Amino acid sequence: MNKFQKVQQVIASMMALLALQSSFFYAFNNPALFIISLIALLGVIRIFYDYLNNGLFDFLFSIIGMTILMINVYESPPNGYWPLLISVWLYGWLAVEKITHEKKIAPFYRKLFFIAVPIFFGAWILFAWEVITIGLNIPMVILPSPSLISIQFVDSLDTLWDDFVQTFVRAALTGYLIGCGSAFIVAILIDKSLFLRRGLLPIGNFISAIPIVGIAPIMIMWFGFDWHSKAAVVVIMTFFPMLVNTVTGLSVNNQIDRDLLKTYASSYTQSLILMRLPAAAPFIFNALKINSTLALIGAIIAEFFGSPTVGLGFRISVEVGRLNLDMVWAEIAVAALVGSASYGVISFVEKKITFWHPSNRKTLEN
Amino acid sequence: MKNAIISAEKLNLIFETADDDVVALKDVSLNIDKGEFVSFIGPSGCGKTTFLRAIASLEKPSSGNLSVNGLSPEEARKKRAYGYVFQAAGLYPWRNIYRNVSLPLEIMGYKKNEIPGIVEKVLKLVDLTGFEKKFPWQLSGGMQQRASIARALSFDADILLMDEPFGALDEIVRDHLNEQLLKLWKTTNKTICFVTHSIPEAVYLSTKIVVMSPRPGRIIDVIENTLPTDRPLEIRDSKEFISVSQRVREGLRSGHSYE
Amino acid sequence: MSENTFINYFKNSFLPILSIVITIFAIWYIFTVYLNSSKQIDAYERKKIDWEFSDLVRDTMSQKKPLLPAPHQIVSEMWKTIFMIKVTSKKSLIFHSYVTLSSTLLGFAIGTILGIILAVSIVENKAMDASLMPWIIASQTIPILAIAPMIIIILNAFGLSGLLPKALISTYLSFFPIAVGMVKGLRSPEISYLDLMHTYNSSRLNVFWKLRLPSSVPYLFASMKVAIAISLVGAIVGELPTGAVAGLGARLLTGSYFGLTIQIWSALVMAAILAGTLIFILNFISRITLKRMGVQE
Ligand SMILES: Nc1ncnc2c1ncn2[C@@H]1O[C@H](COP(=O)(O)OP(=O)(O)OP(=O)(O)O)[C@@H](O)[C@H]1O
Ligand SMILES: [Mg+2]
Repeated sequence: MNKFQKVQQVIASMMALLALQSSFFYAFNNPALFIISLIALLGVIRIFYDYLNNGLFDFLFSIIGMTILMINVYESPPNGYWPLLISVWLYGWLAVEKITHEKKIAPFYRKLFFIAVPIFFGAWILFAWEVITIGLNIPMVILPSPSLISIQFVDSLDTLWDDFVQTFVRAALTGYLIGCGSAFIVAILIDKSLFLRRGLLPIGNFISAIPIVGIAPIMIMWFGFDWHSKAAVVVIMTFFPMLVNTVTGLSVNNQIDRDLLKTYASSYTQSLILMRLPAAAPFIFNALKINSTLALIGAIIAEFFGSPTVGLGFRISVEVGRLNLDMVWAEIAVAALVGSASYGVISFVEKKITFWHPSNRKTLEN
Repeated sequence: MKNAIISAEKLNLIFETADDDVVALKDVSLNIDKGEFVSFIGPSGCGKTTFLRAIASLEKPSSGNLSVNGLSPEEARKKRAYGYVFQAAGLYPWRNIYRNVSLPLEIMGYKKNEIPGIVEKVLKLVDLTGFEKKFPWQLSGGMQQRASIARALSFDADILLMDEPFGALDEIVRDHLNEQLLKLWKTTNKTICFVTHSIPEAVYLSTKIVVMSPRPGRIIDVIENTLPTDRPLEIRDSKEFISVSQRVREGLRSGHSYE
Repeated sequence: MSENTFINYFKNSFLPILSIVITIFAIWYIFTVYLNSSKQIDAYERKKIDWEFSDLVRDTMSQKKPLLPAPHQIVSEMWKTIFMIKVTSKKSLIFHSYVTLSSTLLGFAIGTILGIILAVSIVENKAMDASLMPWIIASQTIPILAIAPMIIIILNAFGLSGLLPKALISTYLSFFPIAVGMVKGLRSPEISYLDLMHTYNSSRLNVFWKLRLPSSVPYLFASMKVAIAISLVGAIVGELPTGAVAGLGARLLTGSYFGLTIQIWSALVMAAILAGTLIFILNFISRITLKRMGVQE
């Protein structure tokens, strides 16, 4: 153990001691809690004797501790509950600390580890969220517990689905496709004119930086309350990042590549398709990724300004008003899932298409 | 000089930069006959690359005449007369070796069924058989350079312009490729312009050696190579080889003494 | 020489931008007449007035609630609400901009500090890196702005209202790009530099202050530019659900309730001016700092 880990271990054991002394007389009512408090306390011995000292032990202990703590929270949390929670959490951290500092791990396990750790961390956040909201009786208006949110989620799948279709499929996706597609076409069209590129690039950059969502009330006046106005907002929001990135990407190719095609007397279209578009692909994908988040944001925010009685943004603003925070969180969960899923899909396609880009290369045999 | 394929007369090429004008070529006159193998040698910055680029119509001369096959370089380029091997390999990272070599063939509209045979042939020539599926970034620098040579050979250009193609290679591979190139040149009767910094390479390969000097870039000597056309590698130890090398070295020295 | 660069700048930058801007305005005016004409013609017919095209052009550009206001209408509205009204008045655009700007800047400042702290702990602690970094990256793909109304409500439940809740939305939005950019920056020194520090047997703290931190500055500025833009968006969106009393977001919302298009547009233009100014200032600071540090752009 290094110094930092020793400090963690000492604090963890002290917390366990605290838990023990306040729950000692109730030990027989809840032997499981008693035992893990005891183990957590005894862990401090490892500072002096190098026994059971690898991260795996701490990891398993943390998981078992979490489970037992979780079971015990629903009827008012017993004495010494919170210090024990801190102790178990410190054991979890200690596990990750120890394993990251482990030098000799087989590559397979290292890979597994780097997938497991974030999941472990996420599980801890959810667990802490659940236990704290339930254990401390936090009112739902402030923060509903994950279990309440998931019950609400399952109960209102129909509503959530309708909102998803309205906001994502109709507004965001349509707008995204039109916005990115038209920006791409415009970029190709102005590609031949240096004058237009020089004029449009700074303007596009500027517009990308201003809060375009504010255009939403105007679009609602022009295109009505339904999804068309939201799609219009998304079109405008996604257009400029795509334009700027495509134009920039098309102008990055280097001298040799250009000269090479010139010696072949290749036509403009040939060099566009064979060289400049592939070279611009990383830029274009970058814009596609930025825009995937922007599109969803635009569609949701635009609904705050007025919408039919369906849609993620509509539901969020209405349920917030009614203080149904569990429904709000369920909608946010939908938005988060959809957001990361679409990002994931685009990243996947990007990896397939721009596999050659230095940031994606896997096999270097030099 | 009737069958001169490339002929330059009092060629000047000036680069106008923000603070200074660089005279890259000054009064360069040179005739290259069909089927010749001409080496350009000279210190760094003397305009070798620039001259090659002017021939390929990648740079525009400021004054003077330059014609290729009786046409302007521009027209010759449009007729796809050049195979150019650049100082850096310049392969596309998103195309594998096969598709890099087939790139000019696709552009020039070769028939689909012709392409595989051609690619296979030129890859064999540069010893890259078996690497078709690899991507450029998976190969060593020398292999990349060989692939770029294969690419220049794949379509049947009359004129090969090679700018230090073997600069990045080790001695053994270089010898091998020198031999191969010589063989290729003899069998195809191509005209080759070849830039190098190595005197032995220039003497071994060429029928004519052009010695250049910098600031302003100009030709200070044109040496006709008297070696026989049949050149085994061992010829580099012969007296004649050494005496030609001597002349080239003297030319280079006299160029330097101007400074 | 300097005259030359000026002419070059004029030719390569100013002229193209100017012509595009002029084109945009021309199209805008045409659309103003086109979009507002049907309402205008209705009005003519109701009042049984004979009209010619020139009347139509004139009147479509002076409607009170046009579908699309002409640029000069927006400018004159802005002139009125900026210069002709006391800044303390609820109608002053300066007042509203100030409200939005202050929560933007407060949120941005907290977000930047938080982001830097997070980045430093990620770079210096492997466990933090392994567990936090994937979530930070994933969180960027989530439309976080959607929870803005909720944050406002929750904080109101705690008795917090006014500036801070809005600022916290900006904080939340700005600290992710800062953290990600800063992590990249702190990791940007090449191995050879780190090895060099290693040969000096310098402490971790020294490596941090003398190598990592200086090399992260360009990255920090780059992500600050992204962060300030998104902070502004956060502040505006944060003003939407509060019942809309003050701020540019409130102007947008009341404008959309009452169909006051000119007001909406002037709030929008003001937001654009704010964004442009903030980024310009950041650019300026970053230029000077980087120049002083000897970083080449
Ligand atoms: N695009 C350009 N703009 C301005 N000056 C240039 C340009 N290209 C080349 N030069 C200048 O022209 C001169 C000749 O350059 P060139 O590339 O032909 O040299 P070289 O003989 O090929 O040198 P090396 O052996 O190093 O490749 C140099 O002084 C160089 O600085
Ligand atoms: Mg050169």
